Amino acid sequence: MTDEPRSTPLTGRHEALGARMVDFAGWRMPIQYTGILEEHRAVRERAGLFDLCHMGELFVDGPDAGDALAHAVTTDPRSLTVGRAQYSMICAPDGGVLDDLIIYRLAGDRYLVVANASNAATVSDALAERFEGRRAVLDDRSLATALIAIQGPAARGIFAPLTFVDLDTIRYYGIGEGTVAGVPALVARTGYTGEDGFEVFVDAAAGTTIWDALVDAGRSAGLAPVGLGARDTLRLEAGMPLYGNELDRETTPFDAGLGRVVKLAKEGGFVGSDALAKAAEAGPRKRLVGLVVRGRGIARHGHPVWAADRRTGAVTSGTMSPTLGVPIAMAYVAPGDAAPGTMLDVEIRDARAAAEVVPLPFYTRTR
Amino acid sequence: MIPADLRYTKEHEWVRVEGDVATVGITAHAADQLGDIVFVELPEPGAALAQFATFGVVESVKAVSDLFAPVGGEVVEANAALAAAPEVVNSDPYGAGWMLRIRLADPAQVDALLDPAAYEALVAEA
Repeated sequence: MTDEPRSTPLTGRHEALGARMVDFAGWRMPIQYTGILEEHRAVRERAGLFDLCHMGELFVDGPDAGDALAHAVTTDPRSLTVGRAQYSMICAPDGGVLDDLIIYRLAGDRYLVVANASNAATVSDALAERFEGRRAVLDDRSLATALIAIQGPAARGIFAPLTFVDLDTIRYYGIGEGTVAGVPALVARTGYTGEDGFEVFVDAAAGTTIWDALVDAGRSAGLAPVGLGARDTLRLEAGMPLYGNELDRETTPFDAGLGRVVKLAKEGGFVGSDALAKAAEAGPRKRLVGLVVRGRGIARHGHPVWAADRRTGAVTSGTMSPTLGVPIAMAYVAPGDAAPGTMLDVEIRDARAAAEVVPLPFYTRTR
Repeated sequence: MIPADLRYTKEHEWVRVEGDVATVGITAHAADQLGDIVFVELPEPGAALAQFATFGVVESVKAVSDLFAPVGGEVVEANAALAAAPEVVNSDPYGAGWMLRIRLADPAQVDALLDPAAYEALVAEA
């Protein structure tokens, strides 16, 4: 990335709040405002506000929109009812993951695909290429769209008075159209924190209106702005993969334990289906597991994982869990070492720390 | 802001020399830059350190950072309280957040460290 990082419509708000800013995937983004632990706890206990304007928003329209998308991604978006969403992946012809996606069905022949910021251009290009010859139009509105999320147990109570959208009709992984703070918006009940919450899509020019309205509405409920640092610890506790860590071009959805998003039987096949059918038959080469470090130290991305004197894999993400108070990690290990309860070692600098394989996620909300 | 009675490294450690014992920690600037500190790894008492050698690691939620010994000598004490309460490095970096006490091998090594004015200039540049 040689270009200057882009500002989001909310960069001025972050700077006014004294956020520490970083360059991330070509964007100038807040990594933290008051501190990662405080922001993390705000989301678990009350609510957090996130600037996700860096994400990619790709709208797909046309009589063949469903068929075109089904050919391009691993799931079958045609199976969605209008107003529902699915977690999906887009793979290369060899089955490697290009990105993980959320696909929303907005109308019979209209879909919204949300891609990671780091892959938005790749996904946009791949979709355009894969739609060729089909009656489907790709409208990449990544730069024209502001995406703001409010997440946490208090999110619904803060958000509901700002919108005429009946939030009870939008269940988890649902989406509805309406106004928020008087602005036309798409409201989705999705997120990346393990908490209940909403994601609001509006025109970029209305981003500050939505942000300010949420800040005001959430003040008495303890709503806190949350940066990318806590976004990462929240998603890790929730066992959610991050592209570049758990997912990459060398990994198939099966390796990541996400074979459920690969619909091999869907009509018409899809890009990568032959390779993924072979991968499904061969079984995963590695397995994504949760680890809790029982010895001393914090497992981090790239640390080798050992089963006695045999190197079994590597850590993909690791941190001190703010909620659990113990070091947690996700790692790829050999399939034979993946059973919960298995004791492995993580190589942390020049020492080894015992780590136990545990089921994912590390954290599940209780309310 | 920057205590006047300490000396500093370019890597943001501080040292307080009292007789032949030097107390070592990281500066408020370093702790703030790291963010919430969640883990500190220190050497055992008795360990021998060379000046500017790495003596341990401090980790925040997001980042891992090596610690450098401002002076050489024998570790006479490591702050055991930091194992259970590493956040003290954030809340009291020059006090309860101290890390090591080192018996100075050569008091002249202190002369190679930054004085408060030089350290303040370093932080201002960053």
